[in-house]
Amino acid sequence: MTDFAPGIVVERDFPDAARDALANTQLRRNIGKATNTIRAKRLKVVGEMPDWQELREAGRQIKAQVARHLDTHLLKLEEAVTAAGGRVHWARDGEEANRIIGEILARHGAREVLKIKSLTTDETGLNSALAQRGISAIETDLAEVIVQLGEDRSSHILVPAIHRNRAEIREIFKRKLAGTENLSDEPAELAGAARRYLREKFLTVPFAISGANFAVAETGSVAIFESEGNGRMCLTLPKVLISLMGIEKVIPSWRDMEVFLQTLPRSSTAERMNPYNSVWSGTRAGEGPEEFHLVLLDNGRTDVLADEPARETLACIRCSACLNVCPVYERTGGHAYGSTYPGPIGAILTPQLNQPGPAETLPYASSLCGACFEACPVKIDIPRILVHLRGKIVGRKKETLAGKFSGEAIAMAAMARIFGSARLFELAQKSAVIGQKPFVRGNVIPSLPGPMAGWTAMRDVTPVPKQSFRQWWRAERGAESSAKPGGSA
Amino acid sequence: MQVSLFISCFNDTLFPQTGQAVVSVLERLGHSVDFPMEQTCCGQMHLNSGYRDETVGLMRRFLDVFEPCDVIVCPSSSCVSTVRTSYPRLAREMGDAELIRRTDALAGKVFEFSEFLVRKLGVEDVGAYYPHRVTYHPTCNSLRALKITDAALALLRNVRGLELIELPKSEECCGFGGTFAVKNADTSIAMLTDKLANIRSTQAEVCTAVDNSCLMHIAGGLSRERSGRRALHLAEILASTEEGMRQ
Amino acid sequence: MSEARTAILERIRSALRDVPPGEDASTDGVERAFHRRGEPGTPETVARFAERAAAYKVSVSECDSAGAGAAIHEILERRGHRRMVTAEDLPQAFVPHGCDVIVDHGLTFAEIAAADGVLTTCATAIAETGTIVLDHGEGQGRRALTLLPDYHLCIVETDRVVSLVPEAVARMEPSVKAGRPLTFISGPSATSDIELNRVEGVHGPRTLDVLIVRS
Ligand code: SF4
Repeated sequence: MTDFAPGIVVERDFPDAARDALANTQLRRNIGKATNTIRAKRLKVVGEMPDWQELREAGRQIKAQVARHLDTHLLKLEEAVTAAGGRVHWARDGEEANRIIGEILARHGAREVLKIKSLTTDETGLNSALAQRGISAIETDLAEVIVQLGEDRSSHILVPAIHRNRAEIREIFKRKLAGTENLSDEPAELAGAARRYLREKFLTVPFAISGANFAVAETGSVAIFESEGNGRMCLTLPKVLISLMGIEKVIPSWRDMEVFLQTLPRSSTAERMNPYNSVWSGTRAGEGPEEFHLVLLDNGRTDVLADEPARETLACIRCSACLNVCPVYERTGGHAYGSTYPGPIGAILTPQLNQPGPAETLPYASSLCGACFEACPVKIDIPRILVHLRGKIVGRKKETLAGKFSGEAIAMAAMARIFGSARLFELAQKSAVIGQKPFVRGNVIPSLPGPMAGWTAMRDVTPVPKQSFRQWWRAERGAESSAKPGGSA
Repeated sequence: MQVSLFISCFNDTLFPQTGQAVVSVLERLGHSVDFPMEQTCCGQMHLNSGYRDETVGLMRRFLDVFEPCDVIVCPSSSCVSTVRTSYPRLAREMGDAELIRRTDALAGKVFEFSEFLVRKLGVEDVGAYYPHRVTYHPTCNSLRALKITDAALALLRNVRGLELIELPKSEECCGFGGTFAVKNADTSIAMLTDKLANIRSTQAEVCTAVDNSCLMHIAGGLSRERSGRRALHLAEILASTEEGMRQ
Repeated sequence: MSEARTAILERIRSALRDVPPGEDASTDGVERAFHRRGEPGTPETVARFAERAAAYKVSVSECDSAGAGAAIHEILERRGHRRMVTAEDLPQAFVPHGCDVIVDHGLTFAEIAAADGVLTTCATAIAETGTIVLDHGEGQGRRALTLLPDYHLCIVETDRVVSLVPEAVARMEPSVKAGRPLTFISGPSATSDIELNRVEGVHGPRTLDVLIVRS
């Protein structure tokens, strides 16, 4: 992935990409193992919180306030960051953000820049944009190192290399890192190899780029949650620090952190608290970077904001709990979603940040089981938004001639007409009994043509019985017992 | 109590015996059941597929048919969840005050069958007899939208002769999801495969649930296994009695 | 640049036409029905902090204020650490004896990294999560100090231990408002990036000891 490739441009339909992923049994085993481990851990640390539901509700309310008054909070944030010695930049889209960051680095003559894992920079394709300027971005998060050295793509928003097991990681390190000939596949040893590789970089490269988990409007403080300490290195040692954040990451007041400091760690790494959280405000003499830039990115977020039923998509704190509990993600892994944002949040966010096309298959990549909604620490009703987005897609298609007369649209309209009358419905039931005859084998239908072939590839179909319930009722009870519903108890 | 049966288009057409079982249990408990013949479909499939206009039409129709009823019972968790949760939301999205009032009122009187027995009637023992090893799959709608898993389990525990075996990873979706099973058939089947393995591990003869749509999907897979294991709606287990078995 | 700013603000405002003008933008009205008040500094709270910090493989010991010097000496002896970095303003009672104390009067990063370890106090500590919080004020030094050495010994005085996260957030509010950075530390550096197992030790200190001093 050396060419310029923003992380949210989906190139393949989900069902096709999923088919390939499902065929990769090693991948399925790795993802299945990891998601099952973290699910159990999350249930444990969430279960010990008697006030978990109250925390979720408070998180939801705070994020709703952020969205409803986004302009106010961003202006406050800008003012506070500036007052604290930082500089604020605004970027309408990914390209503009990449240009701003590239120019800052070019001004300093940077050839290398350190990076803390950041989804937003993946979204804008920052690394390849910097490469075009001759600046190489050095990922410092262990998983990102694995992905970068493996010339691979992230498959999880928290653990980008979740699809790799320890043996595969050892092979990547042995191939790419000097002095690793005798490396074992013990996680501690693998981590040690990364520590040695990066230590020198931390002490010599004076530029760093980060994302932001939260930015407090009231105080101009930015917060980064992490585990390894690479974040602290990048936030503390370099001379110039640039943070890129989506405009929805602002929170109004410092006090609001009391909620997310509890819900984010338990939902993401499934710990009471992740090892390190850093909070800083602008610059400070003798302490940390001398120059701090905060880049505020829109890149389609204001479109999400404008679609009121989908607005709560912007409440996401990128914890990845919805990925970990999702039965679809568990089977297909993240690559099938073709975006920086996979899993349930990706299924709603990616299509909203995209043009119509393959991304429109993502809202259908869900059985609407609701596990994501139940796990989400800010109570985003993902299934509801999936259905809302399906509605928008159908609406858009109905406006085109081809869409209006597509097989699905015609079938749906026909069914709606049939359900519009009990008489037509009964007629349809009867003709189904006749129509299915060629396909029935004994008690089942083992194979069907057309769009139903996918169903019968692995599943038999129950044939329509000769007598429907309403026919039975009429025969048994007569029409009069049905004429008058309701009545006294 | 006068109970109006909402059978669901799916059960009406494909699983009439489930409706018959509901009628038989309710009547055995001394209630009288009516069946509004004008009913067809709640619009769930249209709604979940994004066909909103069609859904609104079916919702209005459903309201007209069922509004006169006092209590509506339905043996399908997903349809109950459509009427209880999606209708009021749809009405709100439309900003139609009259529809909001009507859907809210309706939502308060529609019950899933097992929920109705346990929560509304306070009955956990319906006098059923079913001498088989059974495992229970909580459908996603019954588990997360309606939260009625304990009702179904309580009913099963009180069935004489029945050995209830816990299903490992029961809370995971079976992979049905309506049109999902067709649009994303490969993923759906991958989910079903794991569900079937879990069912197999219980050695149960029967997998039961409160929704025939998920059960049809599971049954379709079980049927391919040719293990003799089958899927059966909870109502049908509750309807079977010792006398009935002897006949 | 300001063109982008104007455009984004414009887009936000037009997206939010459904929000009534004059609506309160703050989060003051948010329902905070979760637990917010615990029992700071009580023996139970301190015991819980010790237990939860230990769950991250922090080795925790305890002493009373008169015994702090001896306890520190004993821990460093046991660890075999001879060259310890400290902040200029570390309270006298906690300055280690019997080893080289390298006071940070502007050390280079390389000098800090070359030490055996660092000894600091903390601003507050959270029992529920086993977390220590540094606001890099008195006794704690600048951020690089507790980052580069491979060993960190943190002194936690019992009156600084709160029960819950919201209490710590409230205690840290003046520091944040004064522009100080904060570092929340929950156990030694770790990663979960390999098969989602927590493995100790990537870039920060790989060993963290806590000494609880009864105040
Ligand atoms: S949608 Fe919710 S659960 Fe998913 S990543 Fe975002 S905050 Fe976490």
